[in-house]
Amino acid sequence: MANLKNSKSQSMGLHKEVLKGRTQQVFFNPEEAENFFYYGAHDVNFNKRSEIDALDLTAAQLNDKLHSLMKEGYGSVVVKNPQGKHSLGVGILNKLNLIFEGSLGYFGVGSIDGPVVRITGRVGWSCAENMMAGKVVIEKNAGSCFGAAIRGGDLICKGSVGARTGIDMKGGTIIVGGDAGAFTGFMMQRGRIIVLGNAGINLGDSMYDGTIFIGGKIKSFGSDAVKAKVTSDDISWLKRKLKVAEIGSNFDFSKMTKVVAGKKLWNYDALEPSEKKGAI
Amino acid sequence: MCGIAGLIHKGKTVNIGKELQDMLQALKHRGPDSTGFALYGQGNNQGDYIMRFKVGENVAEGSSAINEDKSVYDERRKQVDKHIRDLGGSIVNDAQLTPYSFRYCIKYDKDLMEFSKRIESVEMTEILSLGKSLELVKDIGDAGVVSKQYGLDKIKGTHAIGHSRMATESGVDIRSAHPFWGYPFSDVSVVHNGQLTNYWNSRRTLENKGMRFMSECDSELIAVYLADKMRRGIDLKDGMKDSLKELDGVFTYLVATKDSLGMAKDTMAAKPMVLYESDNLVAMGSEEIAIRTLLPQEIDTYDPYDGEVKVWQI
Repeated sequence: MANLKNSKSQSMGLHKEVLKGRTQQVFFNPEEAENFFYYGAHDVNFNKRSEIDALDLTAAQLNDKLHSLMKEGYGSVVVKNPQGKHSLGVGILNKLNLIFEGSLGYFGVGSIDGPVVRITGRVGWSCAENMMAGKVVIEKNAGSCFGAAIRGGDLICKGSVGARTGIDMKGGTIIVGGDAGAFTGFMMQRGRIIVLGNAGINLGDSMYDGTIFIGGKIKSFGSDAVKAKVTSDDISWLKRKLKVAEIGSNFDFSKMTKVVAGKKLWNYDALEPSEKKGAI
Repeated sequence: MCGIAGLIHKGKTVNIGKELQDMLQALKHRGPDSTGFALYGQGNNQGDYIMRFKVGENVAEGSSAINEDKSVYDERRKQVDKHIRDLGGSIVNDAQLTPYSFRYCIKYDKDLMEFSKRIESVEMTEILSLGKSLELVKDIGDAGVVSKQYGLDKIKGTHAIGHSRMATESGVDIRSAHPFWGYPFSDVSVVHNGQLTNYWNSRRTLENKGMRFMSECDSELIAVYLADKMRRGIDLKDGMKDSLKELDGVFTYLVATKDSLGMAKDTMAAKPMVLYESDNLVAMGSEEIAIRTLLPQEIDTYDPYDGEVKVWQI
């Protein structure tokens, strides 16, 4: 295990805190170049392009085919006729330009780290769940649990999304061009959600941290979600993000409502039974 | 988990049995225990009632019912026939589909509740559906198995709802399978995906009002609940809206009548539903792959929101 206390990166002022925890020391040692690459990631050429017709393929066959193409150096892949099948394009830990011409079912492009994905149709539940990095753009609508537990990257739906968007998210940005359903940002811990349209009931319920921006009406706030002031820094960040997302170019940012965690969750304040006994 | 599906063709009659079979087969992975169809066909063109009923059970894992010797079925059927005649009805034609399941066309013009009570007084006998266009069929197995067993792929009609069941709240048998008939209303059926947590309290309340339950499946509550609303003169859509407040739990359900099809989603939006709407066709399913069996081309679909109630007419 590397000793990070007196590392070269520290002496360069790159980070001040000593990383704690065994996994961080083992897997995220910035002194070791190989740690910047995923084992098994392929060197792909974006100019090398291929097409797959998913009409008669199972999800496993399609995903295997994608990995084979990346292994052969293909950096741009178009998938035709995805037909709403589940679990397509999952587990891509690679740079890749991936286009789905059509709609995906449940768990589309889940657990990805790096690819840029464009889906011309809609997506079902749990799209991009556990996404680590990259960019996913959906041209139409999305189902519930959109971007559940994402850690990073940009997840963009130009249409409307279902309930529990960004549930348990720990980083990254979710951008929704239309409306969002109930419990948007439920138990989110980090990251940002931008919804240009309306939000359903219990917005930001039990959120620990992170920020939600809503452009339209909010049906109701969830437990511990509170309004905050939209700053000029927020607006410049929003403008930049929406420009990258290619939506909301004429959006009136003065209408935005910023929602953050009040950090007064009832269970934080409530004493454990043994503590209550002591308090008495 | 369970899968539900429905479709309604506006102003057009199609091979509705085959279309629903394909949709439910695509949802087989959501629940392989039993499959049910509520098909709204053309009836027998004479305006007679179509009664689908069973005089015994098909029993699998977890069921408290018992498989009986086939010899008892004939005697029960004779008792049913006698009750129909005693009530002033007549059997226009009849078909035995399995050892325990029958389809009768009946001439009858009196009270359906009284009729149903008499028929179901025969041991182990349950009316699966009674109506002038509804053909309700359910049994153990996937959509392909049940459809083949009952010859459903030949039934023509305008709309249908169906269910592929993963048994969680009760055992695997026909009585717990969906759809449920909205007893005692002709041509009303319900399928449900989810769990109802105030089932027993609500059941007791409805039983005290004279409504009947045939299973211990929580989903049956929705059919009985809506039937009770309609019995009190409440419009179907209003009854469905009331259900969002009065039924506790997580659910998405579909309900069909002789000329309409509706869906309701609870306020938690915890159960899935994907919708496709066009001028001629509305199709819906727990997963988009069900709709794709009808429309393989690229289409626009969406998820209805929490607390949403929709009703379409043929």
